[in-house]
Formats: sequence, C-alpha cells, structure tokens
Amino acid sequence: MDDAPLIIAGRSFQSRLIVGTGKYKSYAQNAEAAAAAGAEIVTVALRRVNVSGDVGERLVDHLDPQKFTYLPNTAGCFTADDAVRTLRLAREAGGWRLVKLEVLSDQKTLYPDMEETLKAAKLLIAEGFEVMVYCSDDPVYARKLEDAGCCAIMPLGSLIGSGLGIQNPVNIRLIVEQTRVPVIVDAGVGTASDAVVAMELGCDGVLMNTAIAEAKDPVRMARAMKHAVIAGREAYLAGRMAKKRYADPSSPLAGLI
Amino acid sequence: MQLSVNGELKQAAEAANLRAFLADLGIDPRKVAVERNREIVPRSLFEETLLSDGDQLEIVEFVGGG
Repeated sequence: MDDAPLIIAGRSFQSRLIVGTGKYKSYAQNAEAAAAAGAEIVTVALRRVNVSGDVGERLVDHLDPQKFTYLPNTAGCFTADDAVRTLRLAREAGGWRLVKLEVLSDQKTLYPDMEETLKAAKLLIAEGFEVMVYCSDDPVYARKLEDAGCCAIMPLGSLIGSGLGIQNPVNIRLIVEQTRVPVIVDAGVGTASDAVVAMELGCDGVLMNTAIAEAKDPVRMARAMKHAVIAGREAYLAGRMAKKRYADPSSPLAGLI
Repeated sequence: MQLSVNGELKQAAEAANLRAFLADLGIDPRKVAVERNREIVPRSLFEETLLSDGDQLEIVEFVGGG
C-alpha cells in the first residue's frame, strides 16, 4: 500500500507538500507550520542583508538547513538575467544546485513570463543548476521547459497568493499526462480541497505559501494541507469510480420486504 | 575610502579585505553571499579580496519567501 517516494533530480522525498517561508507572523510560527505540514522542502528567498542596524532574527536559526531542503527562489525577478544572477548568489550562499526558477511579468498578476523563464532555464541548466520551474499552465511551454532539462514542472493553479484554487484542471491534467519529470502545482491553492484537486489530477506534489501563512491558524492549516495532499494522492492512486447521471443503490434490491 | 554596500554608502579602511569589512559590519561570512562590482566573490576568497574605493558590494542572505 506504500506510495513510491517523490524523486526530484535524483533526491528522494516522502512528503509531496512543499511549503514557503514568507508572510508568517514570525520565523518561529513558520517553523512550527513547516513541521506540522510534514514538509521536507521549503522555498526561501534571497535578499540584501541589513547593513545599517539590527539584523533581527534569521530564517536559518529557525528552519535548520540540515533538516529541510532549502529551495532558493527568484521571486521578484522580472528578467532572465536577474533570475540567473540571483540563483548564482543563492548557490554561493548555500551551496545548493536545486533551485526554483520564476520569472514574472508584472506586479499585478505575477504571471510567469514564459519567454524569459525558458531563456533563464537554459542558462541555469548549462551552468549545472537543477531547475524546478514555476510556469503557466500552457502545455506547450511546459514541454519546452521539460525538453530544456528542468527537473520539475510547476504550473500555477491560479495567481500567486490569490487562493483561487485550480482554475484550469484540464490543462493541469494535460501537463501531467505529457510530462516525465514531477509536476507540482505551484501557486493558487487556497484551502485543503484545492490541494486535493491538484493531487487527484495526478500531480506529483503541491507547493504553497499563502494558504498556510494567511490562515487564521497557520499551524492547523499546515496540518490540514498535509492530510489533503495525502488524501488526494491516495484517491488518485486508488482510481475514482465512474460518474453516472442517475442513482445506483448501494443496498441490494433483492430481498426487499 | 568609500564603498556602496547594498545601495548605501559606507566607509572602509584603506586596503581593507572583504572578510574584515564584513566583520566590521557584524556579518557572519558563512551565512551570506557577496557580489563585488557584479561579480560573485567565492567565500574562500573573502580574506584575500582587497576592497577598492568606489567598489559596489551586494551582500545577500536567505530570508523567508514563497
């Protein structure tokens, strides 16, 4: 009955839920939520050190990079050049080659700019990075990114931070069917049922930040998401019943009094 | 001499090396990456990297993000 592990770029993970580390009230709450989610991978951003004044708390003091796989992102990058520059620095800061690439188009939608994303992916892969790529739910670009050598295809369910769920399940399913590397829905999950939908579509995992961080009780929502991802995965593997237009009694018709 | 560090002007001693300069700022060199004039300085070279007047440094670290 055991499920196969999630394998990304040759690394094996038991958890299919990847969580972000942004927007939490504190890094302490963030760490508690990540533990409740059972996450093994956490996304992190790279930013300027505060060089004038108190440095405050550090992420690494709460989420141990030895215990969690840090996945540096390129959030806030709007060109391929910026994304490549950021991840080169991330590799130097942490020593990790596994990265999350996202190149965004505009502040209002944060929709991925696929032309720049593909360009950045090719540059990074040529430099030895293992690239998990945030992308639109366009199956054509998803294939191009896979052909370029990306180690995970991560289409949006809906816009980053929107909580609108899986807006285009048909496209997500098309991407799942054509892709040989893991497909992970990244962005758009708002509540547990959205994560279930992603997994029931056959995705290999789900990545989320805001759905947990902006819940009234983030730690409890993290636990809900853990169960949701497991439930969706199990339902997908179990194979759902056929849909019918009319009722089909569950109790025997024979022997009625 | 004067340097630009993360967009802010900072003073440094003549011929200061990068490692010493980071220490003056209270920065643990093991937790950051540094770009000098748009080129990454590997951590192993912090000590032997001598700063020059007008250098532009970017010093970054991991923070929470989605």
